[in-house]
Amino acid sequence: MKSSPENDIPLKVALAGNPNSGKSTLFNVLTGLNQSTGNFPGVTVDKKSGITKILNPENNQAISVEIVDLPGTYSLSPTSIDENVACDILCNAQNENHPDVVIVVVDATNLKRNLFFATQVIELRIPVVLALNMIDLASDRGIEIDIEILSKKLGVNVVKLSARKNYGIEELKSAIISSPPISHNNFVPKSVSKETKEQLTIERYRTITGIINESVKTEVKTEKQSITTRLDKIFTHKVWGYLIFLGILFLIFQSVFYIANYPMIWIESLFVKISEWGSSNLPQGELSALLINGILAGLSGIVVFIPQIALLFAFIAILEDTGYMARVSFIMDKLMRKFGLNGKSVIPLISGVACAIPAIMSTRTISNWKERLITIMVTPLMSCSARLPVYTLLIALVIPEEKKIGIFNMQGFVLMGLYLIGFIAAMGSAWIMKFIIKSKEKSFFIMEMPVYRTPRWSSIGITIVDKVKVFLFDAGKIIIAISVVLWMLSSHAPGEAFKKIEKKYSATELSNTNSPEETNKQIASEKLKASYAGIIGKTIEPIIRPLGFDWKIGISLITSFVAREVFVGTMATIYSVGDKNNTQSIREKMLAETNPETGEKIFTVATGVSLMIFYAFAMQCMSTFAVVYSETKKWKWPVIQFLYMGALAYLSSLIVYQLLK
Amino acid sequence: MDIVLCTLAQLAVGEQGIIHSFTDKQTSLKLLEMGCTPGEKVKIKNIAPLGDPIAISVSGYLLSLRKEEASTILVQKITVEQVK
Repeated sequence: MKSSPENDIPLKVALAGNPNSGKSTLFNVLTGLNQSTGNFPGVTVDKKSGITKILNPENNQAISVEIVDLPGTYSLSPTSIDENVACDILCNAQNENHPDVVIVVVDATNLKRNLFFATQVIELRIPVVLALNMIDLASDRGIEIDIEILSKKLGVNVVKLSARKNYGIEELKSAIISSPPISHNNFVPKSVSKETKEQLTIERYRTITGIINESVKTEVKTEKQSITTRLDKIFTHKVWGYLIFLGILFLIFQSVFYIANYPMIWIESLFVKISEWGSSNLPQGELSALLINGILAGLSGIVVFIPQIALLFAFIAILEDTGYMARVSFIMDKLMRKFGLNGKSVIPLISGVACAIPAIMSTRTISNWKERLITIMVTPLMSCSARLPVYTLLIALVIPEEKKIGIFNMQGFVLMGLYLIGFIAAMGSAWIMKFIIKSKEKSFFIMEMPVYRTPRWSSIGITIVDKVKVFLFDAGKIIIAISVVLWMLSSHAPGEAFKKIEKKYSATELSNTNSPEETNKQIASEKLKASYAGIIGKTIEPIIRPLGFDWKIGISLITSFVAREVFVGTMATIYSVGDKNNTQSIREKMLAETNPETGEKIFTVATGVSLMIFYAFAMQCMSTFAVVYSETKKWKWPVIQFLYMGALAYLSSLIVYQLLK
Repeated sequence: MDIVLCTLAQLAVGEQGIIHSFTDKQTSLKLLEMGCTPGEKVKIKNIAPLGDPIAISVSGYLLSLRKEEASTILVQKITVEQVK
């Protein structure tokens, strides 16, 4: 009985196997929602673990078993970070995740290649249970496997299984706890040179072929075209393939952009209600202000992304689960490779037009680290939906509505142009990074094209819950922290500056000529100017002056790091001053703004366009910053990203302003 | 009998070959591990619309690889008569 000596240390079981062997399905069946996702130490490889209960037939007591789903791997000679993690856990007995028992999941319809990895694991002398998954599909294809012979030849327990149909699960569970014998086989594990490794690989396949010949009977069926072959004719067709992919992208984009909008509005108004309730019911003071304007604001900035993340990952899970994602790589690889990207980079890039947060999280489908990193680094250059309010305000401000090119409205052209330069900048930056970022991993494209299957809705549900949890807990805490810092900057001032402003307003008769509401707005505006954010805005004015920005825009650049659309709100607060009757819209106020020294207008076409370009390129988003950190596990990458995008924004705006002014 | 070898990348869709050897040490181990062992029969199932990558059937499954990788595999082409 190889069970834990004390009941509080659960038996550690690892699920190992080739990608597409149905490992994850089995993991979900065994653990249900009783699972959690973390990272393996030091790397951004999902570590999925969960608990399952197994009834011990000897004493009728339930044993808790901890199950860890290892990344799919084809062999114990790793070629990617994911495979490295799996190999180290299996081979290194010192690894904290080293299992007591390994379930090697093999695809029964593809026994030969799957047994290659299985026999390697068996050699490690960890107790192994071989799970012959998709046994139903195998028998449909006329493959009959004699598990007794197979078990004898391999020296391990063999269980027939269909994780999708919930068949064989109980047998598997009892095999886990019924003392799996340590293998006694003919393979000899040792570390060897590459040439010998190749020779051993060939010999191993020879041995496997021998084992299969003895234990598997394949009834030769007349070879009719499989469904996969027929579907591939459509999905990888030179016209239909791209049209269908375009259609799917359009559907994803529409959902993330428009459908997610409704729950986002509900979430926002819910948070507005909570903070209104808080302001009127909580005692006035510093702590309440921190709670409402710092923490609650940050929390709202996190929760609001959930609908987009859930929707995008529902689509991605379906595309992965059906096997379609491999076809996306197949038809896009040549095009994307030129830019140092992967065929799968298309989905994050397009999703980036809605929001960079879920888009960056979705790069986990890219297995090559360099290609994944480049995708993460350039995705925020795609114009996201938070830039839209900024663009709309500025376009309305500086581009005359009447102006037309042919029959088209000039304003529409400018908007389209902004999206286009975002895309061009993303591809250009990717191309440059291809040469800069060094990688030890060789870029392989040697991958299996899985057969098409219907998606399993329960596992899509689990994926969504999982991704939302990862975002809430990993990126969430950073977002709250930044949000609190930004609140501090814009609501605090050195010394007695705020008190002076309050005194000034209570002393002067200004308060008599204006409504109390109007006075409050003016106080807010003066406070913002006196605050640390205001001071920083004034300090950076000499730096941003060549771009055509004044210190008021400077303040907005700082505060809009919370989220780009905050730009509009900050502008509204700053410009609420001096308008006694509050009749003008922000747009009119901004339009009327002049430089006190020269008397020239601030918002000329040059300044407006320069500002739009700045917002198109600069990484003005703390949530992106946080999610890049949580996806790369290093502060280095979000910092580099912030700097390179900032430099790109600064230089482009400088050039544009100097040319247009 | 003369054995005429060509690379896997030179075959057209529907053509078959028997794996002979590899020309590149970097990729050969990975390919071997994926079941592309000498003596194994391969068939070109699909070529991506842009001409690269390709999909082959080998060891009972569908494998996709880039032309660059396929050109490191030397195969003995099976002619139509041999298939019959």
